[in-house]
Amino acid sequence: MRILIGYIAGQIFGVGLVVSGMSNPAKVLNFLDFFGSWDPSLAFVMGGAMLVSFLGYRVVWRRPAPLYNPRFELPATSRIDARLLTGSALFGLGWGIGGFCPGPAWTALPLLAPGTLVFLPAMLAGLWLGRRPGPSFLQTKGA
Amino acid sequence: MELGTATAFTPWASLFGGMLIGLSAVILMGTLGRIAGISGITSGGLARVLPGLGKGAGAEWSWRLAFIGGLVMAPLLVQLLTGAAIPQDVPENLWAMLAAGLLVGLGTALGSGCTSGHGVCGLARLSPRSLAAVASFMGSAALTVFVLRHLL
Repeated sequence: MRILIGYIAGQIFGVGLVVSGMSNPAKVLNFLDFFGSWDPSLAFVMGGAMLVSFLGYRVVWRRPAPLYNPRFELPATSRIDARLLTGSALFGLGWGIGGFCPGPAWTALPLLAPGTLVFLPAMLAGLWLGRRPGPSFLQTKGA
Repeated sequence: MELGTATAFTPWASLFGGMLIGLSAVILMGTLGRIAGISGITSGGLARVLPGLGKGAGAEWSWRLAFIGGLVMAPLLVQLLTGAAIPQDVPENLWAMLAAGLLVGLGTALGSGCTSGHGVCGLARLSPRSLAAVASFMGSAALTVFVLRHLL
C-alpha cells in the first residue's frame, strides 16, 4: 500500500512538474532572469502548489494521525544555521547554472537529453558528498 | 553560456500544474504523514542501491523509490495523454551541467531540502527555517543567472 501511494503521489507530482513547465530548464532559467527574458510562469506554479498544500495540510492535520502511518513526521529542527544557508546558497548556484532542481531532473530522465544524463549522476554524487563529515562549521549539532 | 531564448508565459497551465504538485504533497501528508521533498526522497529511495546516500531510515526506502518511479514515468504519461511532444530545452554545456548537478546535490543535502521540501511544503507549514532556505536559494539562483547572462 505504501509503495502504491508513493508511486501515485510521485506520478501526480511529476505530471504537475511537466504540465506547469517547471520540468523545462529554459523556463526555469527565464523565471530566474528578472533583468532579461523574464517568464513569470513559475510564480504561478509556486502559488498554486502552496495554496493547495497550505489549505490541504490544515485539513489533513485535523485528523489525529495520517491514514497509513502512526504519526505525522514533521521536521524537528527549526534552527537557521550556517549549514542551512550555505547549503541552500550552493543549491541556488547549481539551480541557476543548470535550470534543474531535483524533481525536474527526474522527470527529464526519460527524455534523455545529454545535459540531463550528466546532471543526474552528478546530483546523486553531490547528495552522497553532502552526507560525508565535512567542515565543522557546517555540522548541525544533534540533528 | 547560451543566452536565454524567450519562453511563452503560461499562467493557467503553470497554476494547474502547481496545484497538482500541492495535491501530491497533501496526499503524502494525509497518508504517510511525510513531507514531499524530492531531495530527501531521492536520497532515501536510493539508499539501498547507493549506501551512504540515505539517513538510514531502513524500511522507508520502498515508497520513496516508487515515488521516484512515478516522477520518471510522468512525462511519458503526459505524452501519451496529449499526443504532443514535451517542450524541453536543457543546457548543452556538459561541464556546466556536471558542476550544476554536483552543486544541487551537495547543496540540498547540506541545506536539508530543495524547491519542494522547503519551497512548497516548508512554506505551507509556515516554517521560518524553510523561508530562510528559500530566500537563500532563490537569491543565489537569481544572482547566478544574472552573472552568467548579463555580466559574463
